[in-house]
Amino acid sequence: MKMKLATLALSAVMAAGPALADLTFPSLSYRTGPYAANGIPFADGYADYFTLLNERDGGIGGEKINMIECETGYNTEKGVECYESTKGEGSLVYQPLSTGITYQLIPKATADGIAVHSMGYGRTSAKNGGVFSNVFNYPANYWDGASVAIKHLLDLNSGDLSGKTVALVYHNSAYGKEPIRTLEELAKKHGYNLTLLPVDHPGQEQKSQWLQIRREKPDYVIMYGWGVMNQVAIQEAVNIRFPMENFIGIWWSGSENDVKPAGAKANGYKALTFHNVGSDYPVFDDIQKYVVDTGKAAGAGDQIGTALYNRGLYAAMLAAEAAKTAQAMTGKSAITPADMIVGMENLEITEEKMAALGLPGFGPEFKVSCENHGGDGMVAVAQWDAAKGEWGLITEFVQSDQDVLQPLIDEDSSAYAKENNITAGCN
Amino acid sequence: MFYREAGDFKTTYRDDNQTFPIKFDRLRYYAVLFVAFAIVPFIINDYWVSAVFLPFLIYAIAAIGLNVLVGYAGQVSLGTGGFMAVGAYACYKFMTGLDIWIGGVEYALPPINIFFSVILAGAVTAVVGVLFGLPSLRIKGFYLAVATLAAQFFLVWLFNKWAWAYNYSASGQISAPERGVFGIPVTGPSTSAWATYLFCLVFVTVLALVARNLTRGSTGRKWMAIRDMDIAAEIIGVNPLKAKLTAFAVSSFYIGIAGALFFSVYLGAVEVGEAFGINKSFLVLFMVIIGGLGSIFGSFAGAAFLVLLPVLLKNVLVGGLGWPTDLAAHLEFMIVGGLIVTFLILEPHGLAQLWRVIKEKLRLWPFPH
Repeated sequence: MKMKLATLALSAVMAAGPALADLTFPSLSYRTGPYAANGIPFADGYADYFTLLNERDGGIGGEKINMIECETGYNTEKGVECYESTKGEGSLVYQPLSTGITYQLIPKATADGIAVHSMGYGRTSAKNGGVFSNVFNYPANYWDGASVAIKHLLDLNSGDLSGKTVALVYHNSAYGKEPIRTLEELAKKHGYNLTLLPVDHPGQEQKSQWLQIRREKPDYVIMYGWGVMNQVAIQEAVNIRFPMENFIGIWWSGSENDVKPAGAKANGYKALTFHNVGSDYPVFDDIQKYVVDTGKAAGAGDQIGTALYNRGLYAAMLAAEAAKTAQAMTGKSAITPADMIVGMENLEITEEKMAALGLPGFGPEFKVSCENHGGDGMVAVAQWDAAKGEWGLITEFVQSDQDVLQPLIDEDSSAYAKENNITAGCN
Repeated sequence: MFYREAGDFKTTYRDDNQTFPIKFDRLRYYAVLFVAFAIVPFIINDYWVSAVFLPFLIYAIAAIGLNVLVGYAGQVSLGTGGFMAVGAYACYKFMTGLDIWIGGVEYALPPINIFFSVILAGAVTAVVGVLFGLPSLRIKGFYLAVATLAAQFFLVWLFNKWAWAYNYSASGQISAPERGVFGIPVTGPSTSAWATYLFCLVFVTVLALVARNLTRGSTGRKWMAIRDMDIAAEIIGVNPLKAKLTAFAVSSFYIGIAGALFFSVYLGAVEVGEAFGINKSFLVLFMVIIGGLGSIFGSFAGAAFLVLLPVLLKNVLVGGLGWPTDLAAHLEFMIVGGLIVTFLILEPHGLAQLWRVIKEKLRLWPFPH
């Protein structure tokens, strides 16, 4: 096996020309199973950005990028297999796009000295870099999402949610359970009632949950769903004529694939996002020129510009920028996984940087530090326009309620540190 | 020529009744043990242990457990995933220090050594298995399958709902802290490949030996009597209550240990719905059916077939041929599915029967009549 991978890598190197060492970025993707509808666009965006860098700039800092794709099917056992099979290749950073796999990788990757970037998923308290030295979740996390959703509802109700009912429809897994604590804390602060409605994996069966919503008529529904669960939930909401503008999904419940099956009735559905939407950015011209027109687009090449494709592209961009930071800091182009962690910890995303990359205003500005692996939690609300078939931002990027979140993060990360005998602290 | 009874004289009943009466078989068995214990640990690496050996060994335990119930005692069970979950959560509670609350007062046990945690987890699962085995005294066949299916869904629901079971963690995940035997870590992130491998191998070896001897002895004969015709068995003096419930207890004990190892040593963190869902029940049942009902070797063969084949196919298709991962994943489903159907048509009694046929042929080789 190793031999085969080695030969493959060797032939790839020979095909690529005189590049001696590659920067390896594994992509633990899922293009099969009940979560494929969401896994494919992300994986395509991630791959296409690296292909673009290879084709246009010759890699990062003169080093070609070697992206190894491994199919996990959103399954933790396969995720472990993928991690073990790729970690020996000098992998710089893992982005498993699965909270379950992230939970597996946090201790493993930390022991192996490899970075994990769970962008907008995974363990929220990984924001505390003093405890989670190798895990990053910038620019926003689940609790930021929950907080900004409530902030948006506060805006709609002129700052008063008391007496209102908010229902949380969530994937009954580590992922879906993440926001519960935050929403409960926020309920104490703002005085709304919280109803919890778990949906079991894979989420095709939600009749009873939506029957309960129809009966209890909550004022707002927040959804933490993924994969086929999203489509079913939005369809069910349409079926019970729930007002779509009162239905807010987390960013993982806000892709075109989720709303399109419900047709025109899905109009007005809202979803959070931590980056901008659409394909109206200069970088997409380059992708068209260097990736699509040369026939090197990943997958079927039909996802370009969709919400999750953009997120994959954004994830790849942040990884590439962190690698650049690491190269600048160490002064060598062939960085090691340890250098990559340093690069990620010192990453700074500014508007000038994004504009130079052809992504002006694409995401919030933020700066990573050891104390803060999670960015500033800037989140915006997007709304689906079924007639135009596109998402549009309806708010600015606003910051989550740090007064509520920071104590929760401190509490959860110190619990983890205690369980695993980690001495917290940055040096 | 080599594989024959002739010339291998037995002078005691003990010798005559041993597990491997044929000398060649015996030597092969010792050779396998020698390789597994004395050679593999030195050459194993992280990839091999977590992609191949740990899943194989752990599923082999689960398959032996289910085989005791389905293959030997004839009681169909679809609750394997749920029982594995019981093992995993029990192991987690024991290894992190079991806390019992009586009237608001906490009585906490200190964390128990991982080795004994795993065994205790098996014992807890055995009790749960007996409880869910009680309906088997009244119902049979498909109806029992449905009753055990209820156990599967109930147990998964329970471990999602019952915060005490996952120590009130916010995500509902359980993660194994670092624990070891003789100062060598076998759970947690900083384990070495050989340690986890040997830890599981010890369990597999002992449990397989026990299972083999249980099934050869009076207990196993009672199970098989119940399986073949329960009324006749009752008439000749087999107590169905005892036979069925011991089958459930032993089977659940094995499955519980498999679940405990699956969580603590192999994955390190699990989520009940994802790791122990109905798919797991079917996977282990397929292992038993493909390997061969009522055969310990079959349990190993079935586990090997369903664990190794996908990994092998993936490495050949993606690593060797460089195909896109999604195409390879879809093809993998088709090839594994196709092979299962083919195998079952060609040899409905599983890989174990294939092995028996080969052995029969070997006895006559090279001069068949």
